[in-house]
Amino acid sequence: MNFPVLKGASYALIQASDMILHQGSTQTSERHLNPDSEHLKVLPSKLRSFEDAVGYAPNQVYIGNMRPKDLEKVAAPWYENPVKGATRQGKHGEMMPQDEFIGLMKAVDAFELVLLEESFQKAAEAKLTAHPVVSGWKFLEKLQKGHATQAQIEELVSGKKAEGIYNDGKLVGCVKKAHDFDAALSEHVMFENLVSKASAAFCLELLLKNTGLAAGEVDYIIECSEEACGDMNQRGGGNFAKAIGEVCGCVNATGSDTRSFCAGPAHALVLASSLVQSGVYKNVVVLAGGSCAKLGMNSKNHIAKGLPVLEDVMGAFAVHIGENDGTSPVIRTDIVGRHTIGSGATPQAVMQALIADPLDRAGLKILDVDTFSTEMHDPGVMVPAGAGNVPEANYKMIAALGVMRKEFDKSELGSVLERIGMPGYAPPQGHIPSGVPFMAHCKDLMAEGTLNRVMIVGKGSLFLGRLTNLFDGVSFIVEKNSGAVDAGGGTDKEAIRQMVAEAMQNFAASLRAE
Amino acid sequence: MDLENQARIKGFCEQYGNEELLVVLGGGEAEASGLAAETVSAGDPTFAGPLAGVSLGLKAYHMFELKDEVDPAIYEAQISMMEMVLDVDAIISEVKTYRG
Repeated sequence: MNFPVLKGASYALIQASDMILHQGSTQTSERHLNPDSEHLKVLPSKLRSFEDAVGYAPNQVYIGNMRPKDLEKVAAPWYENPVKGATRQGKHGEMMPQDEFIGLMKAVDAFELVLLEESFQKAAEAKLTAHPVVSGWKFLEKLQKGHATQAQIEELVSGKKAEGIYNDGKLVGCVKKAHDFDAALSEHVMFENLVSKASAAFCLELLLKNTGLAAGEVDYIIECSEEACGDMNQRGGGNFAKAIGEVCGCVNATGSDTRSFCAGPAHALVLASSLVQSGVYKNVVVLAGGSCAKLGMNSKNHIAKGLPVLEDVMGAFAVHIGENDGTSPVIRTDIVGRHTIGSGATPQAVMQALIADPLDRAGLKILDVDTFSTEMHDPGVMVPAGAGNVPEANYKMIAALGVMRKEFDKSELGSVLERIGMPGYAPPQGHIPSGVPFMAHCKDLMAEGTLNRVMIVGKGSLFLGRLTNLFDGVSFIVEKNSGAVDAGGGTDKEAIRQMVAEAMQNFAASLRAE
Repeated sequence: MDLENQARIKGFCEQYGNEELLVVLGGGEAEASGLAAETVSAGDPTFAGPLAGVSLGLKAYHMFELKDEVDPAIYEAQISMMEMVLDVDAIISEVKTYRG
């Protein structure tokens, strides 16, 4: 049997400081409830520069310039100890500053909703047409025309017909509402959806550039962010996937959107792997853009503790699942964990369903897995916010599960944690940290021979949608490729001959023993 | 503490009366559990939710404190793993602070 393989993965981070204040839900809620809030006044003085964000070690891990375990050598707090010589370009992706990203929002806008002030638009165009990754986009033509005057933008924003786009504290553009009164097409929703589309398209282009996959070879795209696009008759009608593929010229691809809060990416990767293994499609890309609503979500806690606003980046990723090439890591579609409707919501029940059950079905133990990529939230952000070290808590739960299953003794917990764990490094953008940030590192480390078997775990909190209190989660195993590729015909005759020979030898040996 | 939960707890107080209620917490962190205990007793310290400036005076207990109140088999099946993982003493100590 040929398993599908992980052909490559790319990652992008967009630093968007002004969007923290204007689109981050903590701040928009504050403005709604308490317009004269001290928090809103103080926040602009607590923002990081783009250079600070580039030098932040977890961001360097996310874009592939450092390995996750390298973070153990960086002194905490990480924001006070920037990486020397850090660059915005990474082995697995790139960090983009806000001004360039605003230009991308205009470029991917298909309905002339984004208006930019003339000089800002010209400057953004100059930067993007010289950008090594997106310079070839035909949609950059949109930056050559359709600009607005400052007065026009101010009038639209003050008249509540558009949401302001700010850069360095100045109003430089706006996203207009797409319908007079349809809440699903409001200026705010359109802003969020264009952010998601633009960041995902950028990441898809990074994937194509980094892996050499031709845009025309992509058969199917599964988008798995946490946004919804549609109108009042179908609020989540979709389809982000095709809208994103269109930007990058994936003319032979179709696609659809998959949702399950933070577990979305893991679901999408299982679906993508299944589509490839079944032969329905050869090349499937799973991707998601970033969320501006989650910017600065814990900024009140960070500011209260004297930290800068660390949640200033939006994450994006794109993963290519393809047919077995004999070298890329295989996705073990026969070792998939799933949190079922009947599993139960206690952490114990969740870990049983996601970790223990799939391993049992495969006859494996916890320590047969080299490492687990769970919720890879950056602890430098989450611990000061009072939310704890999320990946560490997951590793402790996995290890405790091993103790309860008598796979090792409680006294060995420390060494087990050391062996299966790694520091978190992903921006807490819901779907972004959930298992998927490790895919590119996993491929590299398997190629280097450091890792053989990894479990990717996605978990999601469905109660947020107020339709169910059920929890959700999916897990699957990624393994180093053995090099054996089934050439077709469905049956490997040589392997069967070998198995029969071994069985006969064993039988003969057992007879001799008797 | 989640704004929707704050609204629900406020609603329960109006429906049943404060003296008839106590709050059982299941948080995994001492600080977050303490924040929840503070919110239902003294009011929302972040001034973001319906309990901002509303002192319900409810007593909050963490599930770990109620071990003797539940069926040991259920506790074993649902909570024992987390008892091994979390800083139980720190959580209980923090939650107790807000019971006066």
